[in-house]
Amino acid sequence: MSRRLFSALLLGAATLAIAPLSAAAQAPIRIGAVLSVTGPASFLGDPEARTLRLYVDHINQAGGVLGRRLELVLYDDGGDANRARTFATRLVEDDRVVAMVGGTTTGTTMAMIPVFEEARIPFISLAGGIEIIEPVRPFTFKTPHTDRMACERIFEDLRRRGLTRVGLISGTGGFGASMRIQCLRVAPTFGITMVADERYGPGDTDMTPQLTRIRNAPGGVQAVINADFGQGPAIVTRNFAQLAMGVPLYQSHGVASRSFIELAGPAAEGVRLPAAALLVAEQLPDNDPQKRVVMEYRQFYESTQNQPVSTFGGHAYDGLMILVEAIRRAGSTDGVRIRDAIRQTRGFVGTGGVVNMSPTDHMGLDISAFRMVEIRDGNWRLLD
Amino acid sequence: MPEPAIDQLLQFVFSGLTVGAVYALVALGFTLIYNASDVINFAQGEFVMLGGMVTVFAVAAGVPLPLAALLAIAVAVVTGLALHRLAIEPARGASAVTLIIITIGASILIRGVAQIVFDRQFHALPAFSGDEPIRVLGASILPQSLWVLGGASVIVLALWLFMERTLLGKAVRATAANRLAARLVGIDTGLVLALAFGISGAIGAIAGILITPITLTSFAVGTLLALKGFAAAMLGGMGNPVGAVVGGLALGLLESLAAGFVSSTYKDAVAFLVILGVLFVLPQGLLGRRAVERV
Repeated sequence: MSRRLFSALLLGAATLAIAPLSAAAQAPIRIGAVLSVTGPASFLGDPEARTLRLYVDHINQAGGVLGRRLELVLYDDGGDANRARTFATRLVEDDRVVAMVGGTTTGTTMAMIPVFEEARIPFISLAGGIEIIEPVRPFTFKTPHTDRMACERIFEDLRRRGLTRVGLISGTGGFGASMRIQCLRVAPTFGITMVADERYGPGDTDMTPQLTRIRNAPGGVQAVINADFGQGPAIVTRNFAQLAMGVPLYQSHGVASRSFIELAGPAAEGVRLPAAALLVAEQLPDNDPQKRVVMEYRQFYESTQNQPVSTFGGHAYDGLMILVEAIRRAGSTDGVRIRDAIRQTRGFVGTGGVVNMSPTDHMGLDISAFRMVEIRDGNWRLLD
Repeated sequence: MPEPAIDQLLQFVFSGLTVGAVYALVALGFTLIYNASDVINFAQGEFVMLGGMVTVFAVAAGVPLPLAALLAIAVAVVTGLALHRLAIEPARGASAVTLIIITIGASILIRGVAQIVFDRQFHALPAFSGDEPIRVLGASILPQSLWVLGGASVIVLALWLFMERTLLGKAVRATAANRLAARLVGIDTGLVLALAFGISGAIGAIAGILITPITLTSFAVGTLLALKGFAAAMLGGMGNPVGAVVGGLALGLLESLAAGFVSSTYKDAVAFLVILGVLFVLPQGLLGRRAVERV
């Protein structure tokens, strides 16, 4: 018995002596992620998951963070808010993560916020809804632009073109419904009159009745905005061409992926949308502060994943990098200290824009982070 | 509300007929299987999905469109037969509710397999005869819509000829009217049942192929179509093929007219309220059992 105890002590002492020599022997820093890798939001969640795995490996190969390896604990909620919340609890109680990146949709994010707020664990969401950071919650952050910024960017472009009478057509899903409210709210400050406010359901396959109503709106319409993501905007765009509406069509940042151009086909020509710089990486002028970051991310992603980069994966890159830099600055894995460090993020150049966080701004992007893009010859063209 | 001008009304009608034709074909599939077996086959929407998805992937693999379409129909027919042979037949004698639940399970399975075999993205097919809209009295209709309407008409006509003019078709009708009596006069009702599933699969697949250039497709489109098709079949009168077509077109028109003249936010609610109203007054649907019992 005593001999066994002795050898156990010896082993323990030996382990302690060896430990500082190698980062790998130390406990890894666990980072949680709950993403909608499958389900209706999979086109968002899938590139996000790929990006997180890719860059966690990349960071570990370069020596990890604070001399420790990163360990990614990733769950797939399938787009279901209830499941997301269950996984969030598991991340906090069983996996004991130090921080969390992800929450693909606004719905899943809102369901998880109470869990991380209560556990005082920093949570960087990858979803668009403005309600995630308004009002500001102590431990909740987000990387993507908000739908309100998308509305403002579109209105700015409309004002520049001298167009004021606008028809709105939006999906009734979470994203479309939220952006509709934001657009209606900020329209008056840009001198925009909403002459039509039409909606369509998820899975609807023909929006010509709604567009016909917009075309016949009393007093006429000068431009149309479509707030939605997924297949809805592709059908709206096709119907728009079928009806020969003859006015500019604006889409949201929700369609900023290659598949929109493929689905909408030739009808997509001339459609404008606000999008992150990543979408038009190679067209950015060389003096653009984001040029280097977006080109590097794009090349790394496309060369390893064999699929075109999307802005959604870029949000995950931004979230992970903001977190890693914050952990390095904090020199600790304590939740409150990491949170304080995230809040002090200044001049971080990500794929979504230049991020300047503060205790009152947990996103840190301004409207300049959106670039106005037009679809020409089946490709994105950077305007202005 | 804007002034209902003729071009506007026509636009809504074009939209409603195109969507309604697809509902009609799904409802027709429901009707066929219901008549042969009393089963309401909620996997009917998956046949539509298979038609679209198989065609998309075959075309992407370099197969010419007509061949890809035939392949898709074949896949849907085989799926329909397998559904009958592997899921419905072994549960023979179970109550209709049990069988309906089995078809719901089958639809979830088919969707899951499609998600793995294909992918989770939306896909489009090129239109069969171009994207240039045809203008009629200020309204515009896509050539593909004509394909949908024409295809649906051909299917309905072919099905009618089959039912009225062939011995096998008469056997199907006899089985629908009275299964026991049909068996007593020597009709192989098992074969009739398999046939119903096969034909339903083919009709669903054709609908899926015709509509994909307009509405796009993904592994998940079947669920909603099954619900809408079911509503159409109920509206027309479950079990009546003519009722299925009438119900489908009526539902499509209701939706587009409601979106156009009432409110796009509540168009589905308006459509379903009308259906509820109709079923309240005519519980058997617009063309309910009466016609079937006459057979």
